[in-house]
Amino acid sequence: MDLNDKIVADTWAKSFSSAKDLPKQLTSDHRSFTSFNNQQQQKKWEVSSILDYNNRIQPPFPEFNHTPEAPRNHNSQIKGPDREDMQSNEKPDNKRFQEWDPRVMLNNLSFLEDKIHQLQDLVHLIVGRRGRVLGQSDELATQQQQLITADLTSIIVQLISTAGSLLPSIKHTLSTANPAIGQLGQLGSMLFPPTNSLNGVVLQQNSGGSKVSGQSNQIDLTVNCGTEQNYAAEEHDPKDDDDDADEGENLAPGSYEILQLEKEEILAPHTHFCMICGKGFKRDANLRMHMRGHGDEYKTPAALAKPNKDSSEPMLLKRYSCPYAGCKRNKDHKKFQPLKTILCVKNHYKRTHCDKSYTCSRCNTKKFSVIADLKTHEKHCGRDKWLCSCGTTFSRKDKLFGHIALFQGHTPALPLDETKPSSLPSDRTENNESKLGNIGFNFSASGSGGNAIQNMVDVKGAVDDPAAYFSPLNFDPCNIPGFHEFPRPTFEESDGFFSFPIPGACNYNQKTGGDSGSNDLE
Amino acid sequence: MTSDSLKNQRQKHNGNEEALQNSSNSCPFESLTQDIIFAILDSLALTHDSLSLKSFSLTSKSFYYLESLHRKSLKPLRSQLLPRILHRYSSISRLDLTLCPRVDDHTLSSISSLCKSRLRSIDLSRSRFFTSSGLSYSVTNCSFLVEIDLSNATTLTDSAAAVIAEAKNLERLWLVRCKLISDIGIGCVAVGCRKLRLLSLKWCCRVSDLGVGLIAMKCEDLRSLDLSYLPITEKCLSSILRLQSLEDLVLVACVGLDDDGLRTLKHGCRSLERLDVSNCQSIGHLGLSSFTEGSTCLRLLVLSYGCSVTAVAAKCLQNFSLLQSIKLDGCLVTCCGMKAIGNWCASLVELSLSKCSGVTDVGLCSIVETQKELKKLDITCCRWISYISIDSNTRSCTSLTSLRMESCTQVSKEAFVLIGKCCPFLEELDVTDNEIDDEGLKSISSCSKLCSLKVGICLNVTDQGLISIGMSCSELAELDLYRCLGITDVGVASVAQGCPKLRVINVEYCNKVIDTSLRMLSNCLGLKALEARGCPCISSVGLLAIAEGCRLLTMLDIKNCYNINDSGMVSLACYSQNLKQINLSYCSVTDVGLLALASIRQLQNMTVLHLTGLTPNGLASALLAS
Repeated sequence: MDLNDKIVADTWAKSFSSAKDLPKQLTSDHRSFTSFNNQQQQKKWEVSSILDYNNRIQPPFPEFNHTPEAPRNHNSQIKGPDREDMQSNEKPDNKRFQEWDPRVMLNNLSFLEDKIHQLQDLVHLIVGRRGRVLGQSDELATQQQQLITADLTSIIVQLISTAGSLLPSIKHTLSTANPAIGQLGQLGSMLFPPTNSLNGVVLQQNSGGSKVSGQSNQIDLTVNCGTEQNYAAEEHDPKDDDDDADEGENLAPGSYEILQLEKEEILAPHTHFCMICGKGFKRDANLRMHMRGHGDEYKTPAALAKPNKDSSEPMLLKRYSCPYAGCKRNKDHKKFQPLKTILCVKNHYKRTHCDKSYTCSRCNTKKFSVIADLKTHEKHCGRDKWLCSCGTTFSRKDKLFGHIALFQGHTPALPLDETKPSSLPSDRTENNESKLGNIGFNFSASGSGGNAIQNMVDVKGAVDDPAAYFSPLNFDPCNIPGFHEFPRPTFEESDGFFSFPIPGACNYNQKTGGDSGSNDLE
Repeated sequence: MTSDSLKNQRQKHNGNEEALQNSSNSCPFESLTQDIIFAILDSLALTHDSLSLKSFSLTSKSFYYLESLHRKSLKPLRSQLLPRILHRYSSISRLDLTLCPRVDDHTLSSISSLCKSRLRSIDLSRSRFFTSSGLSYSVTNCSFLVEIDLSNATTLTDSAAAVIAEAKNLERLWLVRCKLISDIGIGCVAVGCRKLRLLSLKWCCRVSDLGVGLIAMKCEDLRSLDLSYLPITEKCLSSILRLQSLEDLVLVACVGLDDDGLRTLKHGCRSLERLDVSNCQSIGHLGLSSFTEGSTCLRLLVLSYGCSVTAVAAKCLQNFSLLQSIKLDGCLVTCCGMKAIGNWCASLVELSLSKCSGVTDVGLCSIVETQKELKKLDITCCRWISYISIDSNTRSCTSLTSLRMESCTQVSKEAFVLIGKCCPFLEELDVTDNEIDDEGLKSISSCSKLCSLKVGICLNVTDQGLISIGMSCSELAELDLYRCLGITDVGVASVAQGCPKLRVINVEYCNKVIDTSLRMLSNCLGLKALEARGCPCISSVGLLAIAEGCRLLTMLDIKNCYNINDSGMVSLACYSQNLKQINLSYCSVTDVGLLALASIRQLQNMTVLHLTGLTPNGLASALLAS
């Protein structure tokens, strides 16, 4: 519950800050990239505004990115006849909204209108096609379905945000009165695709962006959820997920926009900086606590309170791109798979494109670039005692036996501490009989043909000095020369599989099935 | 006699043999061709008589050479001599090391370097002190090993199993009581030895479903599988039952198997012929019927000490048309159940109801009246049956060869007369603790093929009955006269004269038996076991006669024979070189006798309770000398 609580609070804070920052953002719309980088290096800007900049910079990119998506753009050029219906539906909202900000409202509505027409046309098109070509392949059908759901998602987001901006006072009282419902709704939106009206109502105030029941969105939500569960040990700011979703109006049509952080930003240890002394923090709340030391004006309840997310701005989905060229998570990649949150970006970048600097203190073999991965591994280190001759380790014996039953020639490998005592006397007898040439052969006999364990054992056998067997570090695999070369990639692979279990394997099924796995390989 | 004189005596003995050898140098056997000699050797080997082969090879130098050339199987007494023995016998393919308790890695490596790829079979079930590295020599050098018996190697671990897995040609493997071998080791074996046909994992209590499942998955040629006492469940059973050629499945005391699990199995094994599920109390007839479904070839079914055999249970099993043998020892058998068995479509050859509760005359009659082909019937301790059962049994099952009816106390003595009259083919009869009398024995003596007769605790039996047995049962090999107090020398002498093939005789607590009997028994040259516990009248003189005559004696029980002293032991030490087991508790044997016994090389088991003449020093020196 704690986690959800925080998420709710943070999303609130963000929408609030976004609302405050809106004018500033509008003016700073055309800032250049370089200036942004400078700001980043100086570390003097408040983080939320930095992120705002980031968002402002993006609009050219999404347009650029969305052009290859042929079907959608194609549909967007077709105008539908149902305009009047839409308008009549929207009218009451429209009137009230004009009291707030008519221009923005109009923008919103016209966008919505366009969107709905596009969707209508698309459906028309699909219906027509289906009539002609009966034997349509399933793949195409699902593609179309995805397209529709994506568009629907976008429309619903818009609707919610527009409606939300109409009723700021009501929204405020409701949310403060029922924080539990808000949490519940948030939880529901994270774990399950929200289906009922309650969730819809509540989420409307919290974070419209994460609420939508579109299919692609579901996938991303669950993935996000999974990662959060996996790496809960690491500090992360869920507010990053929903940050500054306030400029959907000017966006090109599309269900999400793509953001790309720079490498330095990804690797920066802190994301919140004190404007006075420049100290960095990982959490906004910590920064606020810190700020109290700078004077009484920061001790007021208003300054200490969580920034209210009172934004009337629409939330458009944010997706992130990895700055590493050629990566599948990079937006220039052919099969680009966006990352859901900044946290995902950070973890992905560290895991995939950075050195592994954290070594497990127990096994001294496995290395990690994300400290949470190390902590997760350390919980299970030494428990993966079931070893196949191919070098793959398993935490459960039945998994090992399933693996062996599946593959020809793989055998269960003995744990290293068991092969040793047996090799010791054989070595002795060898010496007794002065048949030294035999030794490699006999050793290889204990493994199975042509596999990792045999290699390992052979290497052991090749060690001339029998004293090596008696060294105190005997059971440490590191001690054996050549151990590193062979089995480690497979160790890593298995580790990847097990440390990233459900989200990658199950929920990411449609396009990213293998991607999450390959992501964690190196 | 001292040990010195003993040595002298042995030297003399050896000298005699040498003389024999020398004199035969000029014998006419030299003219025989090699083929004929090999044929003779083969027929000698069939008798399983090691002595005849030995004496054959001692006939002449060429015979000695040819015998060593031809010999395939070897059962050495001492592992120390193995290198020399293997030099002599160059074509050994089967090595039985059960008499060598100490076989270390060095021995194994020398064996493997001498035998190379000729060796097909090695039996290490009684040996210790070897490790996995020793095994790896054998496995790598003798690449055509087909059979390995590693039973009782309780110190072997998974690494040894991994070594065995390198024997790619292995077909038969016994790992009984290898308690340290786990699933991992068995998994190695499963992957390595794909040609396995026989595997015994009895008492390998660390092996579970996973290992067994993998065996069933990888070794598709398995014919025989023993999984007794393993903690397995139905999970591995489903893959076992999928084996195409499995014939023999032993699941004794697999307590993890129960009805609920077995009911999930969808199919039985079609090729299964023998199934043993004794001591599986939680397997009821439902589970059994579900996992034998489709096993139409089933011939032998052992359900001992399991579920109760009711009419329903018996009906579940009635579809095995080829079923020949069923063992229901220790089960609760109802009358209806027995009637249902009688109505089975199969014609049973063997039925065992020993220690079954609930066996009545009505039930047994209903079985034997329909199952006329019955050859073996075991109704041990069925205390409720009477003359009626035996009557109908003998009338319908005339081809009976084996009848065990120990402690059927309600059967009257007239019944035994019927047995003798109606069952002329009887070979084995156990009437221990019954009312049988001389009349019955006289009638039974008409069974000329009788080779095993047990009349222990039959107080009505006297010399008269025994004389008639001795007169006509010349095939008798085993006779049990335990506590037949009416027996005297006359009876034993008649048996000893009339039954030259006698191998085992038990005269325990027949207190009227004296040295004369032993002297007569010494005519039975094949005597292997003599149990004369509690016969106070026999002395060292009788023992000397036995030792001189019965050179094959391997088992001797002379507990409570107070009159036997050191001289008896010395005579044993002189002549009974095959003695393996002796019990001399309460005898008058002292240090000297024990030291003499210590010179018997094959002696493995010696019980020396309450030997008042024995000192600690004497025992120590005897142990050191042996």
